[in-house]
Amino acid sequence: MKERKEVKTAATSNGKIDQIIDKYQGDASALIQALLEIQSEHHWLPKEALDKVSKKLEVPLNQIQHVATFYKAFSLVPRGRHQIQVCMGTACHIRGAPRVLDRVQDLTGIRPGETDLDLKFSLETVNCLGCCAMGPVMVVDGKYHGKTVPAKVGDVLKNYD
Amino acid sequence: MSEITLQIDGREVKAEEGMTILEAAQSAGISIPTLCHHEKLEPYGACRICTVEIEARGRTNLVAACLYPVEQNLVVRTRSEKVDKTRKVLLELMLAHAPDAAELQDLAQEYGADKARFEKESSFCILCGLCVRYCAEVKKKNAIGFVDRGTRREVIFIPEIASKECWDCKECFPLCPTEALQATFLLTKALMSPASPSAPESEE
Amino acid sequence: MPRINSPAKLEELRKSILSKRDPNKPCITLCSGTACHASGSKEVAASIEEEIKKQGLSAKVDFRKTGCHGFCEKGPIIVIHPEKICYLQIEPKDVPEIISQTIKGKKVIERLLYTDPSTNEKMVHEFEIPFYKNQERLVFGSNGEIDPASIDDYLALGGYSALAKALSQMTPEQVLEEVKKSNLRGRGGGGFPTGRKWEECRNAPGEIRYVIVNADEGDPGAYMDRSLLEGNPHSVLEGLTIGAYAIGSHEGYIYVRQEYPLAVENVGIAIKQAQEYGFLGENIFGSGFDFTVKVHRGAGAFVSGESSALMTAIEGRVGEPRPKYIHTAIKGVRDRPSCLNNVETWATVPLIINKGADWFAKLGTEGSKGTKIFSLVGKVNNTGLVEVPMGITLRDIIYKLGGGIPGDKKFKAVQTGGPSGGCIPEEQLDMKVDFDELAKAGSMMGSGGMIVMDEDTCMVDVARYFLDFLSDESCGKCVPCREGIRQMLKILTNISKGKGKEGDIELLEELSEVTRDASLCALGRTAANPVLSTIRYFRDEYEAHIKEKRCPAYVCKALISYYIDPEKCQACMICLRQCPTGAIAGGKSQIHVIDQEKCTKCGTCFEVCPPRFGAVKKISGEPVPSPIPEEARVIARKSKENE
Repeated sequence: MKERKEVKTAATSNGKIDQIIDKYQGDASALIQALLEIQSEHHWLPKEALDKVSKKLEVPLNQIQHVATFYKAFSLVPRGRHQIQVCMGTACHIRGAPRVLDRVQDLTGIRPGETDLDLKFSLETVNCLGCCAMGPVMVVDGKYHGKTVPAKVGDVLKNYD
Repeated sequence: MSEITLQIDGREVKAEEGMTILEAAQSAGISIPTLCHHEKLEPYGACRICTVEIEARGRTNLVAACLYPVEQNLVVRTRSEKVDKTRKVLLELMLAHAPDAAELQDLAQEYGADKARFEKESSFCILCGLCVRYCAEVKKKNAIGFVDRGTRREVIFIPEIASKECWDCKECFPLCPTEALQATFLLTKALMSPASPSAPESEE
Repeated sequence: MPRINSPAKLEELRKSILSKRDPNKPCITLCSGTACHASGSKEVAASIEEEIKKQGLSAKVDFRKTGCHGFCEKGPIIVIHPEKICYLQIEPKDVPEIISQTIKGKKVIERLLYTDPSTNEKMVHEFEIPFYKNQERLVFGSNGEIDPASIDDYLALGGYSALAKALSQMTPEQVLEEVKKSNLRGRGGGGFPTGRKWEECRNAPGEIRYVIVNADEGDPGAYMDRSLLEGNPHSVLEGLTIGAYAIGSHEGYIYVRQEYPLAVENVGIAIKQAQEYGFLGENIFGSGFDFTVKVHRGAGAFVSGESSALMTAIEGRVGEPRPKYIHTAIKGVRDRPSCLNNVETWATVPLIINKGADWFAKLGTEGSKGTKIFSLVGKVNNTGLVEVPMGITLRDIIYKLGGGIPGDKKFKAVQTGGPSGGCIPEEQLDMKVDFDELAKAGSMMGSGGMIVMDEDTCMVDVARYFLDFLSDESCGKCVPCREGIRQMLKILTNISKGKGKEGDIELLEELSEVTRDASLCALGRTAANPVLSTIRYFRDEYEAHIKEKRCPAYVCKALISYYIDPEKCQACMICLRQCPTGAIAGGKSQIHVIDQEKCTKCGTCFEVCPPRFGAVKKISGEPVPSPIPEEARVIARKSKENE
């Protein structure tokens, strides 16, 4: 089960989140879309937000919890300042992506789905970015690094603080 | 509702349109094993132990009896080499989680399932969902739910709801086919975490 | 934008658009799909815009950012119209020369052209390049001509004429008959006859019915739908609207996975523009037919791309599959009849309406009509998206279009059908690709992913990879899938770690059978395919792993070691310096030795050892030779360093 450490953030931009939730008031079928917007706005789903969604969209909390843990897009803990994505699509896999991932894990100390304790890096694996010609592909904060090899990972990551 | 005639284990069975094979069989006194099924709940189709062999439109197939709707002239076999083999392996997969579960023992014996075939798994839960579905459909409290997916799927209590509702209820406990104690264990553990979202949460 | 409320007005609009476009005016099209973005096409675009302005050509030269051209290996790609000169792998620094030499000077820049690897011949035009020449780009071809944010581009090519024809000249039943006659089969993976599904949905009881575009495209290695939706969203909208008319639906959904933000954006723009022109909404083309479309984003779950799971997700619930004993065409979203089809299927519909079912049925094989877009990726030279007629051989796709295996490596297998498919070996390369042939070989068409594998791919590892994927992506509801996959993955992981036992293969086969027979949905039912097909064709690899603790392809980390041959090592220090864990000992004149305890098997030393030395070896199934004594490691240099 994903770790549920709730980190106190200084200001949860509740205003924006409330706006999103109000937009979908009473529409239980909009649950996933509402959570996607909150995730996009806030970069994670705090418990208070889930409670509010439960009340306003009239969806039981256990269902929201299942949705929030079932789908990879959602994070119940704050994400790091920098998002690392390593493509593990089949084409990248046979070109050596697992070794790249191993190296990223060694250097960051985290595994896919986790964020380090300094909230610097969040790591996730993705299943195909469609850039198979450049595989293995690693994306950091939206910047694509193609033909990645374990030896180059350190050079890429040291540019981020 | 129109009447439908089908064949189960060579016997002619009359059923109503909209019934499932399981319902039709039960009405004719033919038994099909189930684990995740409960008469008060919507059929779920998760344990697959009710798998039966059917013949329809010239093809043979394996389907879940608790969900498959009856059809005119459907031929059903509740036991066959294929059905038995399937049930045996399903039981062995479940026994890897709960090798001593009472409800699994009789079935294991009947189908020759070996509880030691697979290495013991860490969780007792076979995810039949009876607890979750009962709390949602009958008690309408939704104090317990599923999280995550795949091999990581689990059942957990919602602390703030469970702390209010569960002590006086516990109706889901006897439904659990594997370890009723497990349910209590989970509940207690969940209740140890303060219910209020603003209080610091202890690590699970 | 004026509301176009009759087919005649549509033709007027089209003529007006075309009249404002000079076919002889130079136009630069730049591929701006996600893959080319990743290769830097955004920077190239900025460069082009700047240079056009700089050289005072803004009125004389058009610039269009188009969707994916398909030749992703060689991106970013530019095609210059009207000559259709094709330049590959463009960088911003090439742009000034392109503008001056080709646009102004009408001269071709040789170094930017495609070079045939065997004849060294340079090819000027896109249609001469073998990668394109051997394709039949009926559905995908327009991508190179259209700016997805411009509906006028789509109209200029004849867009929405099929919808106009259907609504004004055909009854819904006639549209349905045409699609049935074409024998179009679903392009998402199942290959179910599209016309039959439409008919079932149309005839199902109920007032309200839905049509749905499945743009979840979860198969790793497949990105055709993304490129189609990003590059030509109107083709999908038009097909969907035609289908809605035939089925009697007035509400449509487009379910796009959230990992495709550009597709979500471009579809949103397309819907808005279509609404403005009146191609969506009320009384389309004055026919009395209403139709609206909503976009619904996925949230990161492969299983939610299964049709019944997708519909459950549209209802806002967890996207778990439901039993399909009653087809979703009869009971789908909110228990109402719902017709779900793949992006490519919908995009093919306008062509069938415009050109007729007979035209469509002329292409392809007896059981599989038309063309299919494949993503040809992996160990192949020309990685990209190809659209070919059904019935083309695997060999032709991989060698004629794909240019064969890079690095002179030997072909081993081609994987089709994603995690539900299988691996096809060399003996079957002359197979004519179609739904039934692929199924016979133990695989399936799937959504069109075609992963080429070579001698350096371990087939046991491939099976383990897919099971690992499925153990994460399965919804986990039913025992045979969840527990079956759990145990199969355990066995395969053990095998890849050298802990395989006699009887493992038989156990895998037994578990496969139960998973296939008893699972609730197609994910579970096909989960065993990668395992079964690799056992079928590559049993010897399994046996080597189990009996000899050897990985013949030198992939499984626990079974391989890297070793520097002291006879060949020239102590050049390259591997020593690059080893990420400092596991290599040695010096300028000291033969290098790998400390097996520190080695993480990353393979860097193997990659960087200069080919003329070739001193790093991979060993599997036998013990690593002991390091030679230190004194013996000194290389006596003759005069200067051997670098």
